[in-house]
Amino acid sequence: MPALLIKNGRVVDPASGLDGVADVWIEDGAVRGVAQNIAVPEASAVFDATGLVVAPGFIDMHVHLREPGFEHAETIETGSRAAAAGGFTTICPMPNTAPVNDSATVTSYIVGKAREHAIVNVLPIGAITKGSQGEQLAEIGSMREAGAVAISDDGRPVMNARVMRRAMEFARSFGMPVVNHCEDLDLSAGGDMHEGMESVRLGLRGIPGCSEDVMVARDILLAEVTGARYHVAHISSRHAVEMVAFAKARGLTVTAEATPHHLALADSEMPPYDSNYKMKPPLRSTCDVSAVLEGVVNGAIDAIATDHAPHPGSEKMQEFENCPFGIIGLETALGVALEKLFHSGKIGLPRLVELFTTGPARILGIKRGTLAPGAPGDVTIFSLDREWTYDVNKSMSKSRNSPFHGKSFRGGPVATVVAGHIAWQS
Amino acid sequence: MPQGLLGIEGLERKEIQAILDRARDFQPRGEHAIRKYDLLRGRMVVNLFFEASTRTRTSFEIAAKRLGADAVSITAQASSVAKGESLVDTLNTLAAMHPDAIIMRHAASGAPHFLQRYLDTPIINAGDGTHEHPTQALLDARTILDRGARLEGLRVAIIGDIAHSRVARSNVYLLSKYGADIVLCGPASLLPRELAQIAGGVTLTTDMDEAIRDADVIMMLRVQLERQHEAAFPASEYFQFYGLRLEHLRLAKPEVIVMHPGPINRGREIASEVADSQRSVILTQVENGIAVRMAVLERVLCPHAESN
Repeated sequence: MPALLIKNGRVVDPASGLDGVADVWIEDGAVRGVAQNIAVPEASAVFDATGLVVAPGFIDMHVHLREPGFEHAETIETGSRAAAAGGFTTICPMPNTAPVNDSATVTSYIVGKAREHAIVNVLPIGAITKGSQGEQLAEIGSMREAGAVAISDDGRPVMNARVMRRAMEFARSFGMPVVNHCEDLDLSAGGDMHEGMESVRLGLRGIPGCSEDVMVARDILLAEVTGARYHVAHISSRHAVEMVAFAKARGLTVTAEATPHHLALADSEMPPYDSNYKMKPPLRSTCDVSAVLEGVVNGAIDAIATDHAPHPGSEKMQEFENCPFGIIGLETALGVALEKLFHSGKIGLPRLVELFTTGPARILGIKRGTLAPGAPGDVTIFSLDREWTYDVNKSMSKSRNSPFHGKSFRGGPVATVVAGHIAWQS
Repeated sequence: MPQGLLGIEGLERKEIQAILDRARDFQPRGEHAIRKYDLLRGRMVVNLFFEASTRTRTSFEIAAKRLGADAVSITAQASSVAKGESLVDTLNTLAAMHPDAIIMRHAASGAPHFLQRYLDTPIINAGDGTHEHPTQALLDARTILDRGARLEGLRVAIIGDIAHSRVARSNVYLLSKYGADIVLCGPASLLPRELAQIAGGVTLTTDMDEAIRDADVIMMLRVQLERQHEAAFPASEYFQFYGLRLEHLRLAKPEVIVMHPGPINRGREIASEVADSQRSVILTQVENGIAVRMAVLERVLCPHAESN
C-alpha cells in the first residue's frame, strides 16, 4: 500500500503532547511517524497541509445511522459519508434501529455492512436491554465480541433503576461503558421543547430540566455502587453538568459528552415552531447553555458528540408537536465547536482536538484518537479560518434536518484520512 | 408573507385599535339590527376546523356572509385528514382552489404559523392548541370597551387553567399592550411561574380572593379536561377553590363584569347564578364575536377599505 505524507501542517496530538508544524507519515493503514521534513519515498502521495491543522481522526461516539430499518432516512454508507465530510474518521451508531441492535447478529450485520459500504470506521453501540424495552438485559457479552464498544438504550432510557444497576454490573465484567440518555420519561411525558419561558409563550408542552437531572443523579449513585464506567450522553442541563463534576471529584469513572447544538443554541433562538430545532434533550435555557460551555472548559465534559439524527423531510414537515425529535450534525460539528469554543477564546486548540479524539477514545476504551506511531492512520485535517457557509441541500446525509442551514462558519474540515486513504476532501 | 392574523403577540397597539374601532361599525344598533354588506362580494374564505368548535366556526361563517363573502366550512373528520393526508398537503390542496383566506383552528400550537411558511394564502388563526386565539381577545376587548371602560389601568383577573389556555395568552398580550393590570389566577400546577414575564403588567396568584379584589373585569376560563395529560389538580376540589360564586363578586368593583369564552361548565368553574347574573356579559361576547371577526376579515381581505 502506498504511503501518504501529510506535509507542513500544524500537528496537534494531545495524546503525545504535540503541537507544532510537522509532517505525518502513514503507511499500511497506520501512523509511521510524526517529524519535521520527513523524506518522501518515491511512490508516496503527498498532501500539503500548510496553514492547516493536522489532528488525529475525530471520533463521534453518538450517531444514528438508521440502518437497518430506516434506510429512507439514512444508511450506513450515507451516514459515513456525512461523517467524513465533517472530519470524523470513526462513528458509533446507536442501537435504536429496526431491529434494535440488541444481539450479536445485528451487531455483526452492522459491522459487515460498514466494512462493505462505509468510508469511515463504524463501531456500533449495543442495546442495554432487549429491544431497548428496559426489562431484560441484551446479549451484552456477545455484542462485545461482535464489535460493540459500549451499551446504551439511547432514546429509550432505562427507567427501572434495578435493571440499570444490573446492566452496570454486567457491563463492568466486560469493561464496557454504559451510556445513558438521561430523561425521566414520566417527568418529560408529552413535552416538545425545554420547559421555560419559551414553552410557556409558544403554548408548547415542556420537557423540564429536572427530567434529565433526576436520572443523572440516579445513575451516578448507581455508578458508585457498581463501580461501572458510566457515561452521560448529550448532557444539556446545568444541574446535570454540576453532578458529573461532583462524581468526577469523588473519583468515579463518570464521563459526559455534549452536542454542538447544546453548546451553540438556547431555546429562545428557535424560530417559532421550527422543527429543525426540535430534539432530545431539547435546546435549553441560556443558563444551561453557559453551564455546558463551562463544563467543556473545566473538564466536567469529556467529549463532543453530534447525536446526528436524520429524519426525512416528510417527517419533519408537520405540526411541531407531531415531528420526531432529532437533527443531523456531523457536517457542522467542527464549525460550531470552533466558533463557540476556540474563536470565542474559551479553550485552546489542543483541548478542542481532545474533545473530538482522546476524549471519546478514553470513554470507549479504544486505541484511537492519537498520531502515536502504530496508531490507526486516521487523520482529520482542518482549517481555523476558511470561511464557508453550510448548505444542507448539499449534505452527504440523506436527511436535511439541520438548524445550521445557511449559517456561515470560520474554519472547518478540509480533508479526512481513514487508514491512510483520503476519504473526503473539500 | 401574506398578512393574515396569527396572533396578538406580534400586533401593534394601533393595529388592534383599528380592528376594535372598525368592529363598532359592524355592531348591530337600534331598530335596523342586522345589516348586510357587500364589502367582500366575490371573495371566498375557507373555514378549516381540525378541532371541535361551534361558536367560533359559526361566528366566522356568519361574519363572512354578512360581508358578502362566500364561506365554505370543513371539519377535519369530514376531510382527507381522516385519510392520513398531511397538514401541508391538505392546505396546499385547498390553496389550489384559490380561497382569499383560510380560517383555521388546530389542536397543535403553532400549526398555522408552520403552514404560513409554505402558503401564500393568508391564514386567520381561530385558535391553535394552547397558544393563541386572537379573535377571542379582540372580541373580549370590544366587550370591555362597550361597557364604557378604558383598557388602560383596568384591573383584569383571568382565572382558571392558564397554562393550557390560548384565550388567556391572547388576552394577556392584548391587555398588556394597553397598560392594563392583569392578575392570572389558578392552581400552581396550571399557572407556570414564567407567565409573570410573558408581558408587562402581569402578576400571578393562587388565591382567588386576592385575584378578584378590586377587579374591574373577571375572565373565567374553561377547565379543559381534554388537555389534561394527567391530573394537575384533584377535579373534585376545583370548584371549591377556583370556581366563581356570587360571594366572590362582593370583593370586586361594584360594576365588575364577568366574562367567559365559552362553552361554560356550570358548577365546575362558574356557578350558575353568576353566569346568569346581571354582571355576566357572556352573551354580549358571543354577539361581539361576529362584529370583531367582520373587522378582521375585512382587514385581511381588503386591507385598504374605508368605512362605508
